[in-house]
Amino acid sequence: MRYILRRREIVADDWSHLGEKCAEDGALIVPLAELRAEAARWRAWRGPLGVRIAPADAPENLIPELPRLGLVAVEFPNPGDGRGYSQGRLLRTRLGFRGELRAVGAGVKRDQVFLLARCGFDAIELAPGEDLEAARRALGRYSVAYQPGAGGVALARQRFPAS
Amino acid sequence: MYRYDELDQAFVDERVEEFRDQTRRHLAGELSEDEFRPLRLRNGLYLQRHAPMLRIAIPYGLMRSAQLRKLADIARRYDRGYGHFTTRQNLQLNWPALAAVPDILAELATVQMHAIQTSGNCVRNVTADHLAGIAPGEVDDPRPYCEIVRQWATLHPEFTYLPRKFKIAVTGSGEDRAASEVHDIGLHLVRDAAGSLGFAVLVGGGLGRAPVIGALIREFLPLAELLGYLEAILRVYNRHGRRDNIHKARIKVLVKALGPARFRDEVEAEWQAGRGSAPLLTVAEIERMRAFFRPPPYESRADQDVTRGREPRFAAWYRYNTRAHRVPGYRAVIVSLKAHGANPGDATAEQMVAVADLAERVSFGLIRTTHSQNLLLADVPQSELYEVWRELEGHDLAMPNIGTLTDLIACPGLDFCSLANAGTLGVAHDIQRYFDDLDYLYDLGNIEIKMSGCMNACGHHHVGHIGILGVDKHGEEWYQISLGGSANGFTALGEVIGPSVPKRDVAATIGRIVEVYRALRAADEPFIDTLRRVGLEPFRAGAYALHPQAA
Repeated sequence: MRYILRRREIVADDWSHLGEKCAEDGALIVPLAELRAEAARWRAWRGPLGVRIAPADAPENLIPELPRLGLVAVEFPNPGDGRGYSQGRLLRTRLGFRGELRAVGAGVKRDQVFLLARCGFDAIELAPGEDLEAARRALGRYSVAYQPGAGGVALARQRFPAS
Repeated sequence: MYRYDELDQAFVDERVEEFRDQTRRHLAGELSEDEFRPLRLRNGLYLQRHAPMLRIAIPYGLMRSAQLRKLADIARRYDRGYGHFTTRQNLQLNWPALAAVPDILAELATVQMHAIQTSGNCVRNVTADHLAGIAPGEVDDPRPYCEIVRQWATLHPEFTYLPRKFKIAVTGSGEDRAASEVHDIGLHLVRDAAGSLGFAVLVGGGLGRAPVIGALIREFLPLAELLGYLEAILRVYNRHGRRDNIHKARIKVLVKALGPARFRDEVEAEWQAGRGSAPLLTVAEIERMRAFFRPPPYESRADQDVTRGREPRFAAWYRYNTRAHRVPGYRAVIVSLKAHGANPGDATAEQMVAVADLAERVSFGLIRTTHSQNLLLADVPQSELYEVWRELEGHDLAMPNIGTLTDLIACPGLDFCSLANAGTLGVAHDIQRYFDDLDYLYDLGNIEIKMSGCMNACGHHHVGHIGILGVDKHGEEWYQISLGGSANGFTALGEVIGPSVPKRDVAATIGRIVEVYRALRAADEPFIDTLRRVGLEPFRAGAYALHPQAA
């Protein structure tokens, strides 16, 4: 059983990635290329459906699929690749995605979770070996921020609100 | 100047604790060097040739006396009693112990300072004209906007892991003293036809391996749109900048690949689409920030002839090391960190304390750092200048060479930096010795030498009137010389004049180059103008005239 951070709680993961064991009407995360290649099959999927996007994928291209999707998993292949922060922020703000926004991949470590939450990620699937409890605490590392951002962390104050 | 409120203080305190925890985990073996590196870099900590190097932020080069005293105190207690002021207005300590860095950062936080984002692939210290607020004819003081950008960029959730480092400079004067055209973003304060303030926006300038002058992508951006527009630029860069090759990852490469026009179209489209979620810069916030940078309480004074009857050395210092002030009766004093025999930009703890004390007595307790690696007292009454000079003389800080050939810029080079191919400090000392005759220096007039120990160009060699680049030739230090660069107003990139020369010949080669100038100049014609008028060829010929061993 995999555990993840969802909002500020450690919970058992109720989603599976394609290739992992999953009930026929289970919640399943499918890579974007697979979702496109087998569009009819996944349209007929009976359970909740999520997509996994890579750093080079443009979130804008997900617009047709978004209403059907309960989850978007954004991949961070290493901690230095920051494209996913922009993808997450665009999904939440410009595209208005309300489902679960999940950070996944080898780059998702405890020293990144504060930024991820601020960009609108409400679920964090840590890289293997990372300490979940330490990551949960790291969400509260800062009590203040300068920029507008998502409410995934409890901030006492922000300086520049969103327009 | 800006003062922290409880938000700023809470932030830097929390940042110190975060880094203390990260350092502890690293030392305990829980964070590998690969994992720790991006974290320590974002807190200003490099691992250098001999020891760690800590780069402390001096936002837009402005600090209070108490802050400079704290830097001196840290240099004494945690380092070897000196520091190095950089072209980006920061301070580098060369010998701190890794385990002590969290304590140093905690000390800095007690005086509202930090080392956040002074390295790493993120938005770096925002720099400004060192004559901001006092230069005659300035459009507006850039520093309130620098502070706004500093805050906005600090731990920006979306832009802390960019493809590469990102440097922003802001100027408010016609003359560009901040090298803004060779920054990733250069912002120039301008007024539109209706008299409203805004920014001209340049993007994609930079030095390094492939030097580029920034492209103007917007002639007028209203003040209130500043952060929204910066977000648009950064988002286009964060999404589309190259990450496959560190040498192709700066924004200048993206701007060049798309072409400035298409890059601008992408930014404009992103800016329009982002309205509604971009941070809002209200008039109230701009005014709140401007209030921190109001002019100090100047007294009513008149300009006076302060050199009459004084010794020639003071007159020379007045001429070369002080600058006009928009308020009658005041001058700006450049504190020279270019004494012959010293490392350019270095200051000892004793010198820092002396300058801090002096600033408190005669310049409203504020000190500035300059792009050219000197310090500056911005608001000195002319009646105090003689005493200020004597005091600075006593601390070896009054070398009357500002703007001359020995006011040269140099990166720390091979003596400290693990990236460097060649030393810069020894060459600087050779040049200081070769040109030790002040009358000769004055006769040569304004000549800017800029020297880097490798092609990363921290010493800005591309934009020196005379540029010197250290190269490694089979384990020996050689130096490539370029001519014709400039970074102020008519930004130009220098051209390499020919084969590189060995270390022992650099000063003499420059000697021959300036002799060509002396032979060809028209009356009162500065070096760079002669060079532009007659072209490179005579200089090339002169430089190698006695140089059979060059290869």
